[in-house]
Order: sequence, then C-alpha cells, then structure tokens
Amino acid sequence: MKLPYNKPLAAIAMIAMSSTGFAAGELNLFNWGNYTNPELITKFEQAHDVKVTITDYDSNDSALAKVKAGGHGFDLVVPSANYMQIWINEGLLLESRPDQMENFKHVHEDFANPDWDPGRRYSVPWQWGSVGIIVDTSVYSGDINTAAIYLDPPEELKGKINVAPEMNDVISSAIMYLGGEACTTDKELLKKVRDKLVDAKPNWLSMDYGIIEKFAGRDLAASLYWNGAAFRAREKNPDVRYGYPKEGYALWMDSVAVLKDAQNVENAKLFQNFIMSPENAALISAFARYANGIKGSEEFMPDDMKDAPEIIIPQEFVAAGKFLQTCSPEATQLYTAIWTELQK
Amino acid sequence: MTTEQYQLSATEVKVQQQQAKRNWLLCTPALIILGVAASGPLLVMFYYSFLTPGNYGGVEFEFSSQGWFKVFFNKDIFTDSVGIADAHLSIFWRSIRLSTMTTLVCLIIGFPTAYFIATRPQKDRNFWLFMVTIPFWTNLLIRTFAIMEVIRNKGIINNVLTSIDIIDAPIQMLYTDAAILVGMTYVYLPLMILPLYASMEKLDFNLIEAGYDLYATRFRVLKQVIIPLVKPGVVAGSILVFIPSLGAFVTPRVLGGGKRMMLGNLIELQFGQGRNWPLGAALSITLLFIVMVALLFYVKNAQKSGLKYD
Amino acid sequence: MTSPVTSKAQFSVRKLPGFTLIAIFCFVLLYVPILTLVLYSFNSGSSLALWEGFSIKWYYSAWQNKAVQEATGLSIVIALQAALYATVVATMAALGTTRTRPYRGQTAIYTIINQPLMVPEIVTAVALLICFAVVKEITQYRGITYLVLAHTAFCIPFAYLPIRARLEGMNNLLETAAADLYATPWRSFRYVTLPLLWPGILAGAMLAFVISLDDVVITEFVKSAGQDTLPTYMLGQLRRVITPEMNAISTALLAISVVMVSLIFILNRKKT
Repeated sequence: MKLPYNKPLAAIAMIAMSSTGFAAGELNLFNWGNYTNPELITKFEQAHDVKVTITDYDSNDSALAKVKAGGHGFDLVVPSANYMQIWINEGLLLESRPDQMENFKHVHEDFANPDWDPGRRYSVPWQWGSVGIIVDTSVYSGDINTAAIYLDPPEELKGKINVAPEMNDVISSAIMYLGGEACTTDKELLKKVRDKLVDAKPNWLSMDYGIIEKFAGRDLAASLYWNGAAFRAREKNPDVRYGYPKEGYALWMDSVAVLKDAQNVENAKLFQNFIMSPENAALISAFARYANGIKGSEEFMPDDMKDAPEIIIPQEFVAAGKFLQTCSPEATQLYTAIWTELQK
Repeated sequence: MTTEQYQLSATEVKVQQQQAKRNWLLCTPALIILGVAASGPLLVMFYYSFLTPGNYGGVEFEFSSQGWFKVFFNKDIFTDSVGIADAHLSIFWRSIRLSTMTTLVCLIIGFPTAYFIATRPQKDRNFWLFMVTIPFWTNLLIRTFAIMEVIRNKGIINNVLTSIDIIDAPIQMLYTDAAILVGMTYVYLPLMILPLYASMEKLDFNLIEAGYDLYATRFRVLKQVIIPLVKPGVVAGSILVFIPSLGAFVTPRVLGGGKRMMLGNLIELQFGQGRNWPLGAALSITLLFIVMVALLFYVKNAQKSGLKYD
Repeated sequence: MTSPVTSKAQFSVRKLPGFTLIAIFCFVLLYVPILTLVLYSFNSGSSLALWEGFSIKWYYSAWQNKAVQEATGLSIVIALQAALYATVVATMAALGTTRTRPYRGQTAIYTIINQPLMVPEIVTAVALLICFAVVKEITQYRGITYLVLAHTAFCIPFAYLPIRARLEGMNNLLETAAADLYATPWRSFRYVTLPLLWPGILAGAMLAFVISLDDVVITEFVKSAGQDTLPTYMLGQLRRVITPEMNAISTALLAISVVMVSLIFILNRKKT
C-alpha cells in the first residue's frame, strides 16, 4: 500500500523523535493515566541517562488488548493483581526476576509472595488500595463499615449515593455482602446478588467517576469507591469518612512488569529495581495518593498520608480485605449478564 | 432508474461511460483510505462475530453462532430458559429515542441559527461560522464538565434563580433525562448547523421575494420555498447528528449519572470487562444494519431528486 | 452582536420571525459553559466546582506540565492533517457522486463513504488495533501516520456531507457556460466550481477538524508509545482527579484560536 502522504509524515515524525535522542537509552512505560509522578521519572532519567516515554491507558482490558495485538513498542506495563495471571499465562511478560534484585529486600512481606505472582518472578509493587465506602458523616452518622450503605441504604442517604461504574468491583462487593466469595459461580447466590443490586439501584443517584467534587459540593453523601479518592474528598470536606465493609471488601494492587517483547530490557529492569527503593516508592505515593507496598517508604511520604485512615487500613478491618483474583470466563459471563440487566 | 435506460444513442452511451469513469476516479482516494481504515477493519469484525470468545478477551478461531444468538435472545442465567434479549432491546430503544430527540432539538435550534448566519452580509459569515465552531475546539470531556457546572444543584442556573428569588430550593437538573438531552444537543449542535449553513448560504432570495410578491405568509414561504431548497442540508445535518449520537456514552454518563446503559456502553462492555468480542461485533453490525437501511432509503430519495440536474 | 441583532422593524425578505431570537439563544447556550470553564481556570482551589478565589496557578502548572503540552501539540498536528486530507478527498468524492446520472456502484460508494459514521468507534478501534499491529510488527515503524490515517478515514463523512449538501443545490449551468467558452475542465473547476463550493468546503473542513480533535476511542487503540493526544490524556485522568489545569489549557487554546480567527477576519475585511 502506497499512500501519497507517507513521506512528509515520516519526516515530521523523525523530527519529533529526534528531540528525544540525547539520552543514552530509552524506556517506554505503559501506565494508567495520571498515575506516574513526573519527579520520579526525572530522577530515574538523570540517574541512569535514560529517556523515559510514558503512554497512558484507562483500563486493564484495553492495555491487555493492545499488548496482545503486538507491535506496540512498550517495555513496561502496570497490570492490576486480578489481571496479572492472564498476562503471565498468555506469555506476555518477561521473567525479569525482581526477587533477585538488589532492592527486593524493601518489599513488604505481605506483598513479597502474592498469589497473582508467586515469588515475585515477574512484577514489583507499584501501588495498592481498596474499594470501600465513602460517607459524608454530616448526613449519616451511623456505622459506615458495611456495604449496606449502598445495598440497603439508611433513609438519610437514599438518593444521594454514587456507585463506581466498575463491573468487577461492584459485583464482588455485592457478593461479599451476601456472604459469598468474589468470582463465585454459585447461581443461587448470584441470583440474590442480582436482586439485591436491582432493588438497591433506585436509591442511587449516579454511577459515575469524578466524585471528589461532588462530596466537596455536598451533592453526594455516600459512594462505593476507591480509597485514594476518599482521602482527597476528606481534604475538601472534613466530614467525609472512609468505611471498610466488614462483610468483605476488595483490595487491588498494580504491579510493574517487563513485557516479553520489550526492546529496552536492561533499562526496564533498572526501573523495576529503582522503584523498590523506599525513597522512590514514596514519590509514587506522593503523587497518586495510594500506598505502595515498600517498607520504610513512609518516612519519605508527605505528612498528611502517614496516618491517613484511608491509606493505612486500621488493624480491625485488615482481615476483611481480599485481593481480587482473575475470575473464570464462566463467572465473567454471568457477571456481564447481571451488569447489563442492572443498567438496562 | 429503468426509465432512464430507453434508447440512448452510441455517443450518449460513450459520454455516460466516460462520466462514470471520471466519477470513479474522483472517488478513488476516499475509497482507498476508507478501505484501509474503515471498511477493511469492519470486515475483520464481521468475521470475528462468528468466532468463539477467547477466555480473557480476544477470540478463538473456532466457529460459533453464539455472538449473534445473544444479540436477540437471552438464555436466562438462572433458569436456562431462552427468551428475547429484553435488556438489549431496551438499550437499543433508549438510544434510538434519545438520538431522535437530540436530532430534533438540534434542528429546532440549528435551523434558525444557520439561517441567521446565512443572512449576514457576505464578509461576516465566516466570522459567525467560527463563532459556532470555537466552543468545539475544547475537549469534549471539559465541555461536558462545564455544562455540569452550569446545571448542578449549586451551579450557575440554580444560584441565579435562587438569588433573584424565583425559586426557593434548587431544581434537580443534573442526572435527569433532560440533562442528557441538553448535553447531547450541545455536543452535536455544530454537526447540524454547518451542513445547514452550507446549503442555505446559496439561498436565492429572489425566489423568496417572489413568494412574498405572491402574498404568501412567512410561514408558507418557510415551508414551501426555503425548506425544500435547503433539504439536502437538513438531511445531511440530521444524519450527522443522529448516527453519532447513537453511540454516545460520555455525555449520558457524566450528565445522566450513568445509571442506565446506552448502546455505546453496551458494546464497549463486551470489548472490555465483559470479554465477549464476538457479541460486541455482532451488536455493532446489527446497529450498522439498522442505520444502513435508513440511509439507503434516503439515497433512493436523493437519487430521484438528483435526476433534475442532468 | 450589535448591528445584526438589533435590526430594524421594517419588512425584509430575509427575516423570519423568531429566528434571530433563537439564534441569539443558541449563541448564549454555546458560550455559557465555555465562559464557566474559562472562569474556573482562574480558580485558586483545585476544584472544578467550588470557587476558592482568583489565581493563575493552574496556568503556571500547565506551563510546567510537559506531558499535557506534548499531548496538546500532537492533537493539533493530527487534527490539522486529518482535516486537510479528509476535506480534499471528500471534495473529490462529492464531485464524483453528485450532479451526475446514476451509475453503477454509486450507492455502494455512498455507503462506504458514510460507513465510519455508522459503526461505533470501539469496533473500528479494536479492528484497527489488530490490523495495524501486524503492520507495526512487520515494518517496525510506529509513527503518527497510523493515527493520521485512522483520523482521516473517520473525518471523511463529516467533510463529505456538508460539501455534498452544497453541491446538490448547485446547478451546472455556469460550468457548462465555462466549457462552452473553451475553458479546460481544470480552469472551469478552479474558477467556477471551487468558488461556488467554498462555503461547503469550509464547513466540512471545520467539522473534520473538530471531530478529529475530540476523538478518543480510536486514538486510544491505535496510538503507539508516547502518542497521547489531549483526549486520551484526559481519559486517563477521568478515574482519578481532574484539576482546573485542564481548564487553563482549554482557555489558552481558546484564546489562541480567537486571536487567530480575529486576525483572519480583520485581514479579510481589509482585502474586500
């Protein structure tokens, strides 16, 4: 195929690229949008004389589809825990052996041997958090550590509830509320889950992102959402509190892994090692406001994060938190049907 | 068309053939680009709609009619009984209804605006045209957030209304169907105004004057002179608003609260967390089919009216 | 909005009752949200919804944010190219499909040209991802040509329809006259058809530009490393925090475009 405008374009692209050509090496990081601290990148670039290019993605599925298709040119990717096994099984990741890297000693014991990457042979921790309940306590002052807040809402909250538009997070939260385990295919239970969600939905105001503003403006009084947003919402509205549902809540962790067809493998490994150092991990957290799984990083973190109850899970609630697994295709099919029915 | 084919002389046939050749040549660049970046990919998707969904996204290269089956029928996940896929149908219907309303509102607002621009002095028209487009050089999401800012409970409209004592309590406008309609109209308005303007700009006001000379009322002039003359613009604008708004999902989510799915969300779900690419492909081809039937209907009409330029 | 709006009460064939009023309403509608976003770009707080005082800190922060500047630049580069190519080929295609006897394949051409309108973006996006990945793998070329090509394709119907609408209402008497005067087909096109067609072409090009500038889904799937445009950058922010920095960038872009448009406008005035 010969296209008439190929040449001038190639020339423009060359010029655009040449401006990046001074560093000795290159590194292409494929990460969630608005998730990478520019300071961290500059520091890495200067330490190793590498030019880092960041490209954003907005969901695990689109990142997976892109890398699977091939020809992408990325070196590093940051999948969530419940996708990591897919990446590994599909043969998309390089066994870069972070467990043998110098800085691996800093990784917190809880995250040194996770189910999704046994022995940490592929990935290093980036950030982790939870899916819990955000409540404006000036509207409702009862117990907020329960998913009943949005599934069986108290009168004060009805019509002021938001639910994150994320299929896996919502359905697993509802399953745990009804006593099951995430990724279950127990149809009896799933039927109850569907009925519970369908019954609860009229009490919700919205299923949307961007809730921080609405808690600040007091348009919303409760939401099922991520902890980092709860933290930011509290900064703007001091009545906001974050609850950990005692029935069970989902935990997630995004980890950095090297791609099998990476072109800058050495730099990618350098980056993996780099972000396991406490000082650098603290930079990651300071920007996106989630915990990072590296011991000793707390002392480098911004003061307001050190004792934030949204970020440091209070001891009594730790046990109820479960990392989401990769659900079976059968479970996914059932969840999609429920999700579609919920929003029809 | 058949009436056209009665006894043509040899030269006429030759001229006609030459013309057809010229027409094809003129269309070739567009067809090549579209073939590579639109129609070709669509064929891939058509093929995919007959495959088996991969376990974690993508497809297995094994024939399956499940994708198509699921567009229309629904095997109840709990009782295994087969029924019509009412969830899909109600989502289709909601999207079509919303798009129709958006098109109508855009037409009601866009027609007078395009007419206003077209009746400015020649040298001012491009200025007004730019005035219409400039808001749309801002990112869609930012624009949608700006609308949200205007209509939310503590937003501009409610603040103004309460401060001049027209209302006591704020009106809930955000997260209503009306909010979606306002947002969609805002997003798609230039797609209506620009084609309308393009066909109005050349309006022959002598014809309109003739209409008035014959003692026609303004309404009759509008209905019987202006509208027939600018019909191609109305049709083009309506297509440009109606079809893309069928797939819209950002505006319904941000302004409507996202509690109900639109067609765009449904299809996106299949390619994302739902991990059922064949169903997603089949759903989109169904949509394509519906739209195409409507469009072919229009082309037939357009060709009939096109004959008069020969 | 001075003289055109407050026009006199006397009878004019151009006036239709209520039309000017609706047009004014339309412009107000178009600009109220835009003014809001300009206003909030000067918010000293980090909120799009709560006014905390005047500040230009978001302009400073946008000025410092290299990622967003690169994304903005790339968006504009792609949109300009895509709009240019789409308008040229759409004009040719419009000339080849209107004001002619029906010919074999005409309906097929029409359908193909409008196809990008009819298929939800995500479908084209996924299919393009698969096709382009193969090409990228083989050629190892990952430049912006893929994005320009994909954008050009979906911009074509947006450019084509206004141009076609314009053409449909033009008779070819003038062109025939030109031909009778022995003008070559090119000269007759250049001096007769093109000037008549110009408003349609301008409308089409503007639409194509705007459409390309807003595209997110196809771009997200086609882009290679380091090719974030403003919309894909925004998409990444959607789940986290959106600050008035975005408003600052939008406002800056608006200001630049308003200045450019005014310049063109003034220059045009001088010429006539």
